[in-house]
Parts: sequence; structure tokens; C-alpha cells
Amino acid sequence: MKELLKVNQLETTFFTDDGPVPAVDTISFSLYEGEILGVVGESGCGKSVTSLSIMGLIPSPPGKITNGEILYKDKDLTKLSQKEMRAIRGNDIAMIFQEPMTSLNPLFTIGNQLTEAISIHHKKWSKKQTKERATEIMKLVGLPRAEELFKEYPHQLSGGMRQRVMIAMALVCDPNILIADEPTTALDVTIQAQILALMKDLNKRLNTAVMLITHDLGVVAETCERVVVMYGGKIVEQGYVNEIFKNPQHPYTKGLIQSIPDMRFKKERLYAIPGSVPKPGSVKVGCRFAERCEFAFDRCRTEEPELYQIKEAHTARCFLTEELVVHE
Amino acid sequence: MSEPLLKVEGLKKYFPIQSGVVSRTIGHVKAVDDVSFEVNEGETLGIVGESGCGKSTTGRMLMRLLEPTEGTITFKGRKISELSNKEMRAMRRNIQMVFQDPYASLNPRHTIGKILEEPLIVHGIGNAAERKKKVSELLKIVGLSDFHAKRYPHQFSGGQRQRVGIARALMTNPELIIADEPVSALDVSVQAQVLNLMQDLQKELKLTYIFIAHDLGVVRHISNRVAVMYLGHIVEIADSESLYEEPLHPYTQALLTAVPVPDPDFKREQELIQGDIPSPSNPPSGCTFHTRCPFKMDICTKEVPAYFEAKKGHSVACHLFNEERNDINPIN
Repeated sequence: MKELLKVNQLETTFFTDDGPVPAVDTISFSLYEGEILGVVGESGCGKSVTSLSIMGLIPSPPGKITNGEILYKDKDLTKLSQKEMRAIRGNDIAMIFQEPMTSLNPLFTIGNQLTEAISIHHKKWSKKQTKERATEIMKLVGLPRAEELFKEYPHQLSGGMRQRVMIAMALVCDPNILIADEPTTALDVTIQAQILALMKDLNKRLNTAVMLITHDLGVVAETCERVVVMYGGKIVEQGYVNEIFKNPQHPYTKGLIQSIPDMRFKKERLYAIPGSVPKPGSVKVGCRFAERCEFAFDRCRTEEPELYQIKEAHTARCFLTEELVVHE
Repeated sequence: MSEPLLKVEGLKKYFPIQSGVVSRTIGHVKAVDDVSFEVNEGETLGIVGESGCGKSTTGRMLMRLLEPTEGTITFKGRKISELSNKEMRAMRRNIQMVFQDPYASLNPRHTIGKILEEPLIVHGIGNAAERKKKVSELLKIVGLSDFHAKRYPHQFSGGQRQRVGIARALMTNPELIIADEPVSALDVSVQAQVLNLMQDLQKELKLTYIFIAHDLGVVRHISNRVAVMYLGHIVEIADSESLYEEPLHPYTQALLTAVPVPDPDFKREQELIQGDIPSPSNPPSGCTFHTRCPFKMDICTKEVPAYFEAKKGHSVACHLFNEERNDINPIN
């Protein structure tokens, strides 16, 4: 597999009145060609900030990429000018967001918004050509009656249709990478299933690499090949979905998997991770999960564990996995 | 069997759609359309459905936070749908509600102590010292401490705030708690804590729950019986084992199929259903699910299906099931 995007030692800090808060703290991962990578974590774990950093959309001030690099096609995205970044956004890397209603402009028709993206990146295309491309992509994402929809406004569409429009907008310039930030969280279950199936289908047909950000491990199990688990701004575990679900190594990943109420069978009692998600930047020494971890020992509170390589392509940030490390 | 704690018959809520300068009523949104069910003492009835199915409206009507358009609600033999506002206020001592958003349902200007004490003041229970004692007692029950009473809502995490919401509902020693999406705003790891707490409290205090949620996993976990709603109707109601293992209504089956399963090896046996949820202001004729149903027949577009008890305690409203055709799985 070819590496498409490489995030290396990325650190994104927000400079707040209470001092700097590292929302994303030195993370490294790669996105390979044609894969679906899941990024999973709870609120405040830094998963959205990671995606915004890649897109160069961190609100500044207060946010800033303070360290590391994001490599795409031999270029470091963190060093690009606004203008250069604009050429990449939409064309090479596109993004869809959680709430399809707030990401569409209520004052413009669907057709208007779809063709806007095309005309920005293909300035020489004729009106007809642009419209043809838009209609083509609408069919691709399963939007019926393209002609009529072209003239309709976002409020006339249902939530699922709006998310399809968002996906169409993102794919209109044939990007290599699609970043989807909680694309189905605001949708109903039956609609969510349709959108996830669509994303899988598009990934296969167009070979677009997808980075799917979600809090739902069910969605990850269903759609992704590899997964990155984040906690408190750090990657705590990374590997193939099959491996992570069957053989989770980090206590946080284990806890997270155990605490989901599974619809297929009834558990007498759910496993609950004690305590609550720490505020970003509040844990300064030791392992960020130590406070809530039932296996924590003294070392966890004073020293921060590194990412230990357990198997090929399976890493976990926990001292308990240190002995599992494969020595070559 | 003994009398059910709560009995709901033919409950309806139509919201008028008004238009024009004189606000003429041009139609109705049938948010809840002829819903009937019973809740027995000590059990948990789960109500599931997608957005717009009327599950929250039903919950609010049980508290009379919304006036029903039609139908009766009987709580312990008293018709609460006919009580005056004053009588209803007194009645709410026995029926309390836990809301979805623990951020929005606590007054940011009041301390937790004051928030918890308020229901007691409203219902005129105890003197100042007794009320204070009760507050600290309830804080302990939900897993918080005495000193939390002096704090303000913003100083708490989401999970702690929901604990406060639960404590507030328990202040008046109610028998029935209506919980409307109590865990959907919480992180997964915290959601499990709150669900466990609710289960413990139920055992300890012999509470009866109506648990309204969209997450089928959560509902299965906590409920004894489950009602599935679609566009204002209950399409299927059964004990949770029976409903999840042998769903009868095509919508229930579709809903269960659509839930992402946290197991990468899981293979889906059924096709996903297509189409969107129709608008409740203009619901399809006959069976409201016919526009998306894979087993649609002619009759489905014309007649509203009646309830049929396929098994004891397992009722379904679908034309596939009636006196003549009552094989449990006609689809296969």
C-alpha cells in the first residue's frame, strides 16, 4: 500500500486565557491509498482538531500548529501559504462535516453550491460542462431526480439527502482524500446505515482514501480497515480493526469496547470506565488515562508511556504492553 | 394480574399547522396518533424510534407538559388526563422526568443544592433542615458528595450533571420516572456509568421507568419491554427478549438491521431499507411504513393495520399478521 498522507509528530496548541492547551499532542499516523481509516475517541480527545489541522482550518488565533509536519505529495501542508492550501483543499483533500444543515448555505440552491466547487478548481470549464459534472456526481451519490434537485434549496431536503449533497460537493473534484468528521452522528439509524454504505461503496469505486472521524465503535467496526484510538490529545492505540476489536491492548480501548451496550445480546451490567473525560491539557505528567485506569501503578503517574509496537501495525501506549513488544 | 401502574389509551397529539395572516389551521401534524400501552410497577418500558416518531411527545404528554388532543392516561387508577392544573401539579410528585441535555436542564445561576431543594419547596415537603438532609442523602445515592451542593452546574462534567438531573427527579420519592434520551448527550464511557446507576436505583428504590431513546443497544440493555414507534404509531410492542430476537414488524427488522454492530466479523443478513422518513405533517395513507416497506401489499396503502397479538405480550400492527396469517415469520 502506498502512503498517501503522513502526519508526523503533529502538535496543535490553543492559546487560551488559561495558558496554552495542546489539543493534539505529538501524534503520528499515516493514511494509505484507498483505505478507510477510523479515528475514534470521546469528546475533547483531539480527533476533530486533527482533521482541521490537516485541512489547514484551525481557527487562528487561538489555535496554531506548533510542531510537526503533515506530508502530502512531498509537500508539508503546515508550511504552505493560504493560497497554496486553497488549491489543495477540495481538489486533493475534501472534508464533510457532522451537521449537513449548517454546512450548506440556506440561501443558495443545491445546484449553485455544487457547481461553485467545480468552477473554483476548473476555471476554464463551460457552464454546461460544469453542470454535467455536477449531475454526474449527484447520480453517483444516489441523489434522485438530479434536474429538479438542482433548483431546490437545502431546507427542502431531508437530513440524509443533505448529507448526500455534502458528499457530492466533496467528491466533485475527485479528491484523493476525503475527511469525514462524524458524518452520520446527526442522522437516524436507518439513514446512517445508508450513508455509511454509500461511503464504503464510493471508497471502493473511486479509490478515494477516507479518514472517518467518529465516537461510535460500531461505525468503525462496520466501515473501517484500520483505526486510531485517541484519548486526551494522544494516540493510545492504533492497528487493524479486526486486531483492535479482538485483541485490544490499551485499557482505554478495552473499556470503551466493553462499555457499549450491544444490541445483539443483553449484558447484566455494563462495564463502566470510572471518572470522566479529562479536559484537554489538564493531565500534565504521566499517562493521561492513569486516573481512570484500573491497572494503573506508580510508574503510570510519573512517566508517560511511549507507543509500543506489539505486532506489525499494532501499537499501544501503555506500560503493560511493553513486554509484548516484538524485538527484531 | 394486578392493575398496571400506568395505562395509556388512544393517546393523540395533533399540532395545528397554521398559515396566512389570520393563522388559519390548514392541517395537522399528527405527532402521536392513537397510542396505547401499559406500564407495570417496577418494570422499564423502552420507547424507541427515529426522529419525528412521537416518542418525546408521548413522554411529555404523560407528564402533562403537553396537553393530549385525545385519549386517557390513568396512573394508579386516577385519570390524570382529566386532572386540573393544580391537581396535576400535586400528581407530579409521583411522576418525574429526566431530560436529555444535562447542560440545558439545570439552571446555571443556581447551586446544585438549590436545584435539588426546589422540588421539595414546590411540593411543600419538610422544613429547611429536613430538606437539606434530603439533598445530601440524594447526592450520595447518585454517587456525588455533600460538598457538591455548593457548586454550580458549569463546574460539573456531563455525566455528573446527568447524575444531578436524576437526583432532582428522585427528590420527591416518585414512583414513575420518565427518562427522555437521558444518555444520548454523554460520552460512551460515561453513558455506561449513568445506565448502571439507573439500574441500581431502580432495584433499590423500586422505581418504574419509561425510557425513551433512539439507541437500540441502550434500550435493550435497560428495558423489560420495548415499544417501537414510527410516525406517531406504536408498530410493535413486546418484551425486549422477544422483540430483539424475533422482530415481527418490517420496520423493527429494518431498524435492528441498520444499527452498526461493534464487531468487525459481523455480517448483515438482511438488506438495508431505502428511502427517508416521511414528514409527519403529511403521513402516507394506510400503514405509514408502506413507502419504505419491502413487503408492501395492496392493502397496506389503504387500510391502517390493527394490532395483532402474535405471541403472548407481543403485539404488532402490520397486515402481514392477522387471524388468518399468523405464522411467526411469514417473510421467510
